[in-house]
Amino acid sequence: MTMRPPLTNLPILLEDVSFVVRDVTILDRIDLMLTPGAPTVVIGPNGAGKTTLLRLAMGLIRPTSGRVTWGGRTDAPADRRAIVFQRPVMLRRSAEANLRYALAAADVPSTEHESRVRELLALVGLASLGGRPARKLSGGEQQRLALARALAKDPQVLFLDEPTASLDPAATQSVEDLIRDVAARGIKVVMSTHDLGEARRLAGDVVLMHRGRIVETNNATAFFSNPKTSEASRFVTGQLLV
Amino acid sequence: MPENVSALQLVLAGDPALYAIVRLSLIVSLSAVLLAALVGLPFGAWLALSRFRGREGAIVILNALMGLPPVVVGLLVFLLLSRSGPLGSWGILFTPQAMIVAQTILIAPIIAALARQTIEDLWLEYRDELQAMNVGTLGSVVTLLWDGRFSLLTALLAGFGRAAAEVGAVIIVGGNIDGFTRTMTTAIALETSKGDLPLAIGLGMILIVIVVLVNAAAWGTRRFGERMAG
Repeated sequence: MTMRPPLTNLPILLEDVSFVVRDVTILDRIDLMLTPGAPTVVIGPNGAGKTTLLRLAMGLIRPTSGRVTWGGRTDAPADRRAIVFQRPVMLRRSAEANLRYALAAADVPSTEHESRVRELLALVGLASLGGRPARKLSGGEQQRLALARALAKDPQVLFLDEPTASLDPAATQSVEDLIRDVAARGIKVVMSTHDLGEARRLAGDVVLMHRGRIVETNNATAFFSNPKTSEASRFVTGQLLV
Repeated sequence: MPENVSALQLVLAGDPALYAIVRLSLIVSLSAVLLAALVGLPFGAWLALSRFRGREGAIVILNALMGLPPVVVGLLVFLLLSRSGPLGSWGILFTPQAMIVAQTILIAPIIAALARQTIEDLWLEYRDELQAMNVGTLGSVVTLLWDGRFSLLTALLAGFGRAAAEVGAVIIVGGNIDGFTRTMTTAIALETSKGDLPLAIGLGMILIVIVVLVNAAAWGTRRFGERMAG
């Protein structure tokens, strides 16, 4: 990886943000600041608004009201923010070609493509599968390739939407190891999950969402040992939030 | 054309007149498919990705144009290319070029409409990823056309099938001139009306074989490509 420039995308600030689709409120007056440091894990039951929050923070969608700023700017380009979706779509070409495509989209000079492709494949443990059609890879391998594709942007912030939701334990472990590796490189990771165990293993900070609102924000140790709200207490103890 | 011979004898003997007709038919239809693809694929992709007032109406009209009657297209091109028409100065009426123009107009909407549907489906799948990678509209169109290439083969085949089988447009703008603008379909129509059934049947057999072979080649290409590209 190259030396990182200043984190111009951080902090990401969501101020009184709401997102409404056809009179259905998906996010309701959210205030949140994402700062450099350990991974921020957004947890909550299905339908809590986790994915929409990540898309807003990524800049893929605009809030119905309120505002989102990146490093103090509302118009910061998204070229140093990347996202991996819950079900990443592989382009119909080889794993290597998927990475070359992402590098080209990120305006990386073509002379650097081959070395970067090798570097990224090695990073995600797919060095021996570079020539294989991406859609023929297993779910875990596709998820890791999607991570490599996101890293092709050399991002300052990486959003991960339930990155292990459909993976078996072995594949989950390899993806979690990769997330730790990415975070250790100084990339701000913001990920969503409804898996409490995963949140315990990876989170530096926790954001608990329920019904489109942020219920509690805290550092992971405090959140799990001494939750402040009744919803957080119930969620941490494995009770259902409905 | 020799007389008192069967259709099979004509085909197997490699009758030069018969194969000249086959050659011209292929040149006209494949040229039309190529030209219509150059117009129809990008237009279909653009329509799939764009959002503007009246888009739904444009899609309905494009789909309706798939059913353009060949004789109407032939008449339109005839009026355009006739000496007193706006494109009369081109001087290509009753030439193979005129037939290519007519067939291009006939099949471009077919290719565009089928491409629009294919690309729109693929866009729904790819949109988030391409937007997350900051790929612009033009880059997205190119990506979707490339990744949808095997499905788009079906659109080209539909266009080829229509071009190879139609008779109304090419007979109006080509004139069915022996040795110059006579195609398989116009020859079949003419020879049947004259009662020369062996030649008509021979041409019919070749036409069907060609259509089957082209479809088989496209199918094989698609399966091979899908296996290699995933």
